[in-house]
Amino acid sequence: MRGALRGRGRGRAAMATFFGEVVAAPSRAGVDDDEEEAAGEALEETPEDREIRRRVEEKREVAVRWALPAGEAAPGVAPEPLPCSRFVVAVGHNAAAFLSSFILDSTCWEVVGAVKLWNEWCRTSNTTNVLPTDSFCLFYRLISDPTVLLCQCSCYVAEDQQFQWLEKVFGHIRKEGLQVTILSTCPVADYKTQESTLTLPSPFLKALKTKEFKEQVCCPLLEQPNIVRDLPAAVLSYCQVWQIPAVLYQCYTDVIKLDTVTIEAFKPLLSSETLKNLVKDVSESTKSLKKLLTTNENHNNIYI
Amino acid sequence: MFVPCEGGGPDLQGFTLLMPAVSVGNVGQLAIDLVISTLRMTKIGYFYTDCLVPMVGNNPYATSNENSVELSINAEVYSLPSKKLVVLQIRSPFIKNKYRPFCQALLSWVESSKCARVILLSSSHAYQRDDEQLLGTPLRYLLTPALEKAVGGHMQELKWKEMEKIAAYPGINDAEKVLHIPGGGITKLLFTESCSKGIQMAVLLKFCSEGDNIPDAFALVNYLNEWLQLIKSKGSHSTDISPEQEIPDTSSQWKIPSSWRLLFGNGLPPALF
Repeated sequence: MRGALRGRGRGRAAMATFFGEVVAAPSRAGVDDDEEEAAGEALEETPEDREIRRRVEEKREVAVRWALPAGEAAPGVAPEPLPCSRFVVAVGHNAAAFLSSFILDSTCWEVVGAVKLWNEWCRTSNTTNVLPTDSFCLFYRLISDPTVLLCQCSCYVAEDQQFQWLEKVFGHIRKEGLQVTILSTCPVADYKTQESTLTLPSPFLKALKTKEFKEQVCCPLLEQPNIVRDLPAAVLSYCQVWQIPAVLYQCYTDVIKLDTVTIEAFKPLLSSETLKNLVKDVSESTKSLKKLLTTNENHNNIYI
Repeated sequence: MFVPCEGGGPDLQGFTLLMPAVSVGNVGQLAIDLVISTLRMTKIGYFYTDCLVPMVGNNPYATSNENSVELSINAEVYSLPSKKLVVLQIRSPFIKNKYRPFCQALLSWVESSKCARVILLSSSHAYQRDDEQLLGTPLRYLLTPALEKAVGGHMQELKWKEMEKIAAYPGINDAEKVLHIPGGGITKLLFTESCSKGIQMAVLLKFCSEGDNIPDAFALVNYLNEWLQLIKSKGSHSTDISPEQEIPDTSSQWKIPSSWRLLFGNGLPPALF
């Protein structure tokens, strides 16, 4: 797409390395020389360029489908926002699998929504009958208390899609009396500490909370200079700005794939106010975890 | 858009808005960190926008266990009413194609809140300097026409150097000059937009390269201080400052925030040796 956009071609920033090859100079500030040109020349875009840009934006649009109850309003009319007291969002395969193993089951919970999106890293699955290793984003509601909502988001939401996800999901949820819990994982190598990360007993949990969140947190708070990014950060930022009580539990782990040790690292949350009444039977949880292990093994096997 | 921490929002009429450009070496942002940390500024709100990559963390200016648990996001606003100063700190890069929408949102907030002027701290690639720029000070300034009338003379007194324009088509036509700030992020766009909207804006920038940019941040913030006199610099004779104004102790100078720890990575694994 870039090739189609005409630029004045001022030339890329370049530098020579010790070996004599010329490479593009990266910048920590994330500034792209092309961005500067594009910003200045957006007005000079041809209709062709505009059309290409529009089509790419359309392809990257985040669509949220909510299941309408029987006898709902006519098509074209926006559905009523869902009343919600607790909203638990699990971002990433391990966090999603934690909810599957310890909370979710087909008798107590029903699917009420799904996100459809595409980006360079993933495309969401079209079915609600998903495997733990699939890319999906589904919303569940507790049948006995419809104000309790759960979201499993194991697809990667790109940075230009995160705001859309936020606005479309939270736009459909009533904020009065709402409390949000976010679960997510990230590599332990990203954790900044005085010691080396090799000596840290991973996986471990750290928390961040908004100003309005007054409950007890289940683990130590995340110390500066550590930060959280991506969708979990977008959700927590939204809650902080709009004064919604929210807590984020980040699990630092050295395993990037689906892993039972990482999943079990979230267990302290099962005694929290939000989750303690939603926990499944212990035997059910053990069965779910075992099933997870076998599914995972099959998918990880590259040999026939 | 600006969202206040509480209530209807503060009155920023007549205030100076100080903000960084996300630019080479993050120098503007580091300098802003020093200003907020040293002047112990209070957070008054957030700049809620879809133009910046989301991020959260605990209070980067924490001085004790009590104030370390306040959550911070990617764009926040701080103020110091005694100096009529409001500061916007930006903590993450821009999302692709979002420069222009951000500039529009920011300038529209500047106009609606009736800020008197904007000062943008920025930086530019040192390796793109021409022969003349290689000599002398690496610090430069720019003023929009609206601000030139008010403070242009003061810049002359301070003996500051204005950012030079370069030839639009070097070697072919040296007469046509344009402003070029490589590595400056939104600096040029924000500056040209402010010129056309008649907003009083100053850009203070430093030529630098990626690396340990802490010294660059100190140089830039001292440059700013020559003009705004936010803190008493060593050896200055500020007898005209009244005792009521809060100016921190000279000996402390600029205070490095607690979040600047571990800028270059973790401790080393003992197994390495």
